[in-house]
Amino acid sequence: MTLQRTNLQKVKRFLGNNTVTILFLVICAFGIPLSGYSANYLVSEVVVRIARNSFLIVSLLIPILAGMGLNFGMTLGAMAGQIGLVFISDWGIVGIPGIVLAMIISTPISVALGIWCGKILNMAKGREMVTSYIIGFFMNGIYQLVVLYGMGAIIPIRSNSLVLPRGYGIRNTVNLIGIRKSLDNLLMIRLFGIPIPLFTLVVIALLCIFILWFKKTKLGQDMRAVGQDMEVARAAGIKVEHTRIVSIVISTVFAGYGMIIYLQNIGTLNTYNSHMQIGMFSVAALLVGGATVSQAKIRNVFLGVILFHIMFIVSPMAGKNLIGQAQLGEYFRVFVSYGVITVSLVLYEIRKKHDRGIAGQILAQEQGVEA
Amino acid sequence: MNVKVEKIISTIMQGVKSFGLPRIIIGLFLLLLFIAAPFVGVNIGTSLSDTFNRFGMNAVMVLAMVPMIHSGCGLNFGLPLGIIAGLLGGTLSMQFNFTGPASFMMAIVFATPFAVILGWGYGQLLNKVKGGEMMIATYVGFSSVAFMCIMWLLLPYSNPTMVWGYAGKGLRTTISTEGYYLHVLNDFLSIQVTDHLVIPTGMFLFFGLLALMVWAFLHTKTGTAMTAVGSNRTFARASGIHVDNIRTLSVVMSTWLGALGILVYQQSFGFIQLYMGPFYMALPAVSAILIGGASVNKATIMNVIVGTFLFQGILTMTPSVMNSMINTDMSEVIRIIVSNGMILYALTRKTEATR
Amino acid sequence: MVLSPFIAIGLLEYSSLVASFRLFATTLAVTVTFMVMDVRVTIKFERIEYMNEKKTPLLEMKHISKDFFGNQVLTDVNFTLRPGEILGLVGENGAGKSTLMKILFGMDEIHQTGGFGGEVLINGESVLFETPIDALAAGIGMVHQEFSLLPDFTATENILLNREPLKYTALSELFGERLNVLDREKMTEISEKAIKRLAVTLDPEMMVSQMPVGHKQFTEIARELSKEATDITEGIKLLVLDEPTAVLSEQEADSLLKAMRLLAESGIAIIFITHRLQEIIDVCDTIMVMRDGKIIKTVPAEGVVIPEIARWMVGREVKTVSHKRAVQDTAEREVLLKLQNLWVDMPGEVVRNVDLDVYKGEIIGIGGMAGQGKLGIPNGAMGLFPAGGKIFFEGKEIPLNSPRNFLDAGMAFVSEDRRGVGLLLDESLEWNVSFTAMQVQDKYLKKYLGGLFKWRDQKAIEETTEKYVKQMEIRCTSTKQKAKELSGGNQQKVCLAKAFAVEPKLLFVSEPTRGIDIGAKSLVLQALRKYNEELGTTIVMVSSELEELRSICDRIAIVSDGKVLGILPASTESAEFGLLMVGQHSELVDGGSL
Repeated sequence: MTLQRTNLQKVKRFLGNNTVTILFLVICAFGIPLSGYSANYLVSEVVVRIARNSFLIVSLLIPILAGMGLNFGMTLGAMAGQIGLVFISDWGIVGIPGIVLAMIISTPISVALGIWCGKILNMAKGREMVTSYIIGFFMNGIYQLVVLYGMGAIIPIRSNSLVLPRGYGIRNTVNLIGIRKSLDNLLMIRLFGIPIPLFTLVVIALLCIFILWFKKTKLGQDMRAVGQDMEVARAAGIKVEHTRIVSIVISTVFAGYGMIIYLQNIGTLNTYNSHMQIGMFSVAALLVGGATVSQAKIRNVFLGVILFHIMFIVSPMAGKNLIGQAQLGEYFRVFVSYGVITVSLVLYEIRKKHDRGIAGQILAQEQGVEA
Repeated sequence: MNVKVEKIISTIMQGVKSFGLPRIIIGLFLLLLFIAAPFVGVNIGTSLSDTFNRFGMNAVMVLAMVPMIHSGCGLNFGLPLGIIAGLLGGTLSMQFNFTGPASFMMAIVFATPFAVILGWGYGQLLNKVKGGEMMIATYVGFSSVAFMCIMWLLLPYSNPTMVWGYAGKGLRTTISTEGYYLHVLNDFLSIQVTDHLVIPTGMFLFFGLLALMVWAFLHTKTGTAMTAVGSNRTFARASGIHVDNIRTLSVVMSTWLGALGILVYQQSFGFIQLYMGPFYMALPAVSAILIGGASVNKATIMNVIVGTFLFQGILTMTPSVMNSMINTDMSEVIRIIVSNGMILYALTRKTEATR
Repeated sequence: MVLSPFIAIGLLEYSSLVASFRLFATTLAVTVTFMVMDVRVTIKFERIEYMNEKKTPLLEMKHISKDFFGNQVLTDVNFTLRPGEILGLVGENGAGKSTLMKILFGMDEIHQTGGFGGEVLINGESVLFETPIDALAAGIGMVHQEFSLLPDFTATENILLNREPLKYTALSELFGERLNVLDREKMTEISEKAIKRLAVTLDPEMMVSQMPVGHKQFTEIARELSKEATDITEGIKLLVLDEPTAVLSEQEADSLLKAMRLLAESGIAIIFITHRLQEIIDVCDTIMVMRDGKIIKTVPAEGVVIPEIARWMVGREVKTVSHKRAVQDTAEREVLLKLQNLWVDMPGEVVRNVDLDVYKGEIIGIGGMAGQGKLGIPNGAMGLFPAGGKIFFEGKEIPLNSPRNFLDAGMAFVSEDRRGVGLLLDESLEWNVSFTAMQVQDKYLKKYLGGLFKWRDQKAIEETTEKYVKQMEIRCTSTKQKAKELSGGNQQKVCLAKAFAVEPKLLFVSEPTRGIDIGAKSLVLQALRKYNEELGTTIVMVSSELEELRSICDRIAIVSDGKVLGILPASTESAEFGLLMVGQHSELVDGGSL
């Protein structure tokens, strides 16, 4: 009888731990037939999005390892990447060299922003997520100051196609024609008629290998230690604050690279919007993949990308076919994105408390028996 | 002599400390803008008038922060939920063709049950996630806005001034309040000081009334309990307080004030902004009260008034003055930096962050 | 997010805690009422194997003294420790054991409070550790009462935390040492070696969160042992074990003691702090007893038996009880509060099964060792921690787990956790004093519209607060001052004032004098007695200081292992209480409530 209960509990626990993922499976299961898209179309779209988004999402993993939760401050890296892209567009450097150069330019900016962000988060221990979220907004102001007012005025930008007609500030959209899909097309193969950007996928695979390797290093071990208990780690002589800053720096730098990969696939840069949404979508995708605020694995990234983007692709069509309004599907997917994050955060907090509750129950039971 | 000077300096320093450095910097900046205004050809009267107007529009939403801060639920990033209640109230009042001041009254009447129900549910949720309220509040706000986007499309509104002309259904993105409750408060007892300076008395009175209510509430037995819950939850529990109930009450109050806040905003602004309109409305309100000197767990009515005035003053003055000075409108950027910088400042202060 | 792993630990710890309480109930000993002896007893007793060694002692602490802001906590402490010696350190809570160890480790707390007097010598050389890291480097290790282990790390990972052997990678040239990869094989090797020295079975790859408590303790010790000599640090020479057996089962404790002997034989000196006297006798070479910041006695452990120590410890001098009350015949008195089969799930202070009658008008003390559950009784009765069983007040049953019902019945509780439970630190004294009475009894309120509006009556609040400030001699600038700005003693007075303002029929007071200076202490006790005498309020006072209880109470109940062991009149000699805590009942024990 006891065994039966534990089995039931196991199932419950499994469902509880994977609520979000299961919810998404259900949404996709309903959405796909409703949308009427062909399997081929869906698969190729999903492949494109894996190549486009995975790098960005992987950049979220390291702060989670260090116990700092979901790094909404990844937008900082995205901004750095965009600044890199603006420069290479101005200088007219195209193709792979352009991408590499953009990455090189973004790196010092990302590092500086990451250090700053890490320091602020060290001042707000225990509420890292909401703080990193506000940091994203705050930096957006600085970014606008630099890009909208500084570029062309203080920072030299030659190209007229980039600068606003008033003489300074970057235009709202920047055409990235020079590097458009240059990474994806480097090694494009077709499998069952589905184009697969092999090179981009290899880059992502390399990053995943790096993450796996990183977990085995001393630094990775220190981050795990800091993530579990800062005080214990400190007592053992680990530099807690420094380790946390490093984790944010790594995340920011990768987010910058991820943004460049993302934008080379899209082909146009929405100078003042691209980076704002990307944090939210990446976090949502990771959570859909079954990650939590305290634990995330590489498989969560890919499962998340696939499920989240299937939902994203099918919902406007499904909305149109169901109610006759594509707009409805679009709102629906926005709602689901935010809803997913909400549900994950709530479940995480509740579970934290629930586990404590269980400890109490067991005690009470034990004492009840004794008494 | 020297001792005297030192004394004066130390008193000043203490004054600065108690008033808060960021507030002084922002205050001085605003003062500077007002001083500079006539020199660059900006009319002080118009500027003041604008500032007063914006103050009246936003003050109630800033006031909506107070109950939740008092009960220890943190900054109400979930303000959009209250706004949604207000939007429902406003649109329903229009749908049933109430006009003039009656439509404003009815909007409040219709908004109230929604605010209570939504606030109650929201409060229950926040009770389950003590310690992580702010992040969750943010996303509750976002998700509810996104959910309402779907509802605005689907709900069976039929008033032709509100729905899309071509489809005959689904609410428009912006709905004019003209003919309904446009300026019902603004024009009530308004005083024309000069050609350019108008004081929207009605709006101030309405805010004053609500602020008085909140102030009075905080002086009652239940209000005292609310402050104690925010100050030390365990203490309150050990004094026989039902902490969860008090917290829920505070959330309901905040939500209701948020609903009224958006109605006041709309009657002055002239439009109801639906769909993604309420999305980022929480941030200005949050930063306003922080600029006013509130912290994550302490806030007074004075913080609301000072904060709203400073924040809205800067929002009004920077575009006009800066624009005339350097021919560039940097107000948006300054707004983003000031408001979010203020929130960051509050979040990173350790001493006031405990509990 | 950091917390969740600890929940698992807490769970394991608890079940074992409960078990160990039961098993060791009889071996618990007490360190009460030691007479002050100013004779410094040097260690004469030595084990045969060290008899001939003329080596300088490994550790020598000379004339150590320490005060915290004028409050003397250590006075002229002297002792020596030889390699391979096990020194048992016993003493009441607050006797100065932990301060002594903090001095040895050069903790920040000591430096920040003005350092200490005297000298610490290691191998004959005077040392002064700036930080615990320095102490570790000199070969001194400490195993704490609380486990400082990472739950999601394996034993090996914990043992070698931040001391992992590394394998070179090229990237480390660029980004520094921390990008070298952990050498897992070598890690396992080192941890296995350390575990082997303890001669216990411990899977080095087991996750700490899945370990039984005993294994966690071994992991901690193995961590200290694995600290081998390197060019910058020395190998472990001295190990301090702070209550290592408190949470262990009998078997686990046994194997720990064996491991300790093994370590001693290999030349490591051990300072063993415990409340369990039997273990001290079993394993130690020398027993050192502390009280009131002084070393009272240093004796060889051989040939000593518990009752002998207990009697010897408490049987010399009995302070005359200043407080004389006519002892009334309990049989005729009215029972005001009745606890029946009370259990309380309070972490660290679990109450298992308490039956207790409190008579109207008396002051009853609840004493016992730390962690035995005496604090759990008032906290559970009030409803601050999950509790079960029954409580009757004035013959009516009061529902548990509801502070409101407890307060409504006419009881009040002054918590031992002043800052956490007792006070609104950020609010004024007025609020602190008046809040509970206002909320529970509608005091200090002006009512309008037939009670619909209950308005705070500022004047009444001020008057009451001023009254208590005067009455209790609370030192403050005004009644508007914030509670956090007061000293500990004055904060305690505010807590009492808060309870008095409720005018309870029965008042629970928990550790009312903990952490406050002597002057404030007597004021607090006086206030309690006066309150009892003048208003006839029944008081239940929980304290770990027996003398304090004896000076004010009528009867004292001794709690051990979450149960009431016995109740004695306060005029009983301290020795009897000592024996009771040790588990030796004498004929004086009032068995009526057992």
